[in-house]
Amino acid sequence: MDFISLLMPHLMLAPIVLPMLTSALMLLMREEQQRLKLTLNILSTLAGLLIAIALLMWTDQAGAPVTMGVYQPGNWPAPFGISLALDRLTALMLVTTSVVALASIVFAAVRWHRAGVHFHPLFQFQLMGLAGAFLTADLFNLFVFFEITLAASYGLLLHGSGRARIQSGLHYIAINLAASSLFLIGVSMLYGITGTLNMADLASAIPHVDGADRGLLHAAASILAMAFLIKAAMWPLNFWLVPAYSAATAPVGALFALMTKLGVYTVLRLWTLMFSTQAGESALFGSTWLICGGMLTMVFAAMGMLGSQRLTNMAGYAAILSSGTLLAAAGFGQNLLTAGLLYYLPSSTLALAALFLLADLLDRWRNAGARTAPYEDDEAPFLNAELVPTAGLNLDEDEEVLIGRVIPAAAAFLGLAFLVCTLVITGLPPLSGFVGKVAMLNAVLNPMGVGTSAGHVPGFWGWALVALLIATGLVATIALIRVGMRHFWASHDRNTPQLRVAEGVPIAVLLLCCIVMAVQAGPVLRYMQHAADALHSPGTYIHGVLTQAPVPNPIPAKEQP
Amino acid sequence: MEIVLALAIGVLTGSGVWLLLRPRTYQVIMGLSLMAYAVNLFIFSMGRQGLAIDKEPVLRAGIPTDLVNYADPMPQALVLTAIVIGFAMTALFLVVLLASRGTAGNDHVDGVHSRDVQEMP
Repeated sequence: MDFISLLMPHLMLAPIVLPMLTSALMLLMREEQQRLKLTLNILSTLAGLLIAIALLMWTDQAGAPVTMGVYQPGNWPAPFGISLALDRLTALMLVTTSVVALASIVFAAVRWHRAGVHFHPLFQFQLMGLAGAFLTADLFNLFVFFEITLAASYGLLLHGSGRARIQSGLHYIAINLAASSLFLIGVSMLYGITGTLNMADLASAIPHVDGADRGLLHAAASILAMAFLIKAAMWPLNFWLVPAYSAATAPVGALFALMTKLGVYTVLRLWTLMFSTQAGESALFGSTWLICGGMLTMVFAAMGMLGSQRLTNMAGYAAILSSGTLLAAAGFGQNLLTAGLLYYLPSSTLALAALFLLADLLDRWRNAGARTAPYEDDEAPFLNAELVPTAGLNLDEDEEVLIGRVIPAAAAFLGLAFLVCTLVITGLPPLSGFVGKVAMLNAVLNPMGVGTSAGHVPGFWGWALVALLIATGLVATIALIRVGMRHFWASHDRNTPQLRVAEGVPIAVLLLCCIVMAVQAGPVLRYMQHAADALHSPGTYIHGVLTQAPVPNPIPAKEQP
Repeated sequence: MEIVLALAIGVLTGSGVWLLLRPRTYQVIMGLSLMAYAVNLFIFSMGRQGLAIDKEPVLRAGIPTDLVNYADPMPQALVLTAIVIGFAMTALFLVVLLASRGTAGNDHVDGVHSRDVQEMP
């Protein structure tokens, strides 16, 4: 711990600089040096994970309710220079990103990284953009890091080529370019009204905005929110998401499960800063919209899950369902509820990433080990009219189907992994999805009347959230169980799945993280509660960023003549 | 001056949105470019004093260094960054557009060569 403190504030820069240097180095290598690039990529991502864990430990020091790291790369005082800020939420996002990234690069190492050129540099650029967007405390740099993330994601989406990827990539790029225009309009309007781009300074300026300008301020915030909500996949701005995510190669799909969380993160960060309860007339502006939009997203995603036949499409809708849940819960602006949603965020992200990877293995099993899927339509796999056992089964003397057959280890692994994914995504006990949902339900209903900000009476929206949390869980369960039955229970003329260790391990690790989160729910929830409390009392963040003094010049200034 | 700029931004944005909703990929990219121009003009107009006429863009000897005498430098910095990023993104989009043209054999955004969509004015 002392060692980490010794390295701080400079260690904060590492999540951005490390992937940048790695990808710059990879750009210098020849395309044939795939193995070297792969090794470098895995090592760099692993180092990124260790750094993220170190940062997480630093933010969660004992005794300090809020530990803030602030770094000024240009050494200018806060509202004028560029600032980076690190708190518990940022550290949590960094760790989640690194875990998913490490899993997907190990998974890609088996075959996907050879499907096209420049996979490794793009992968690292994506990590750099994500880390930068999480760390920045400045609106315009948020835009720049968003664009870095997006530029890399365009390349990664097209990785492997093929008509489906190019077609959905076209829509993905067009919608994101339009969203970037909205982002710029919102940012420049905010600058015009408040005269600052620093998020902390913005938050302290908003209560003092002129009454005449308040409408403009709200318009600017809404336009900015629109840009984030497109990224966060809020209904109906996500028509591009499911085709794009299901067309992407499996490791990229897993990485994209993080991209929607970037939108959720920015909404959480900016909304709680700008429109906190201390924001005067603008307090909690737009909360009804967030709640309504999030709930509509949940309904839309649940229907989509029920309606989709391919597992990758279903995983895309599950990603939308997860961000809908997060946005609806965020809209309440209660610290207990936010703690629950912060717990739900990493657990659902990890499970979604695992589901994207798993879908690839199941597809390959179905296609008897073919390198690429031969189908491009939305037809369900072997959807025979009746899912009854047909010819070629083990029958005993009484012509009864024999129950109990030897299950090959690989098929058993796939089945178990799918089961764990289902449990976490739908929020069934006893895994982390359940704990997250119970934490949210508990905050809304608050049966014991504990806590500070949550109301004792849920009210209409509270009940609506409770109903939707349970109903979408049920619908998701039905949808995923149907897929599970089709893949694992129905009889097929298939060989046992070919599973490589390097493909099984990432999925197992991702799911193991979910299990560990469930086992260690107490300490994890305590961490999330601290993070949520810090989000809902933005004074500490504002103070931390604005009072950070520049580092004095090591060379003494010359005497004035 | 304000009304001229507002009209210019409005016309550019309107045309951009219209083109963005067209069925051909080329029209979509033109629409995105027009929207980017409109956004850049909009950022200029969002300086701290609105539109500054006859004011120095950079510091000059003999003129006091406050915003009364200078145009706001911040929007200019923002526009510069936005232009660079916008160019890069447009170039990237163009590549994907060409790839899509190659695989689909037509330049419809959905890759479907539909007669009635094509015949739309």
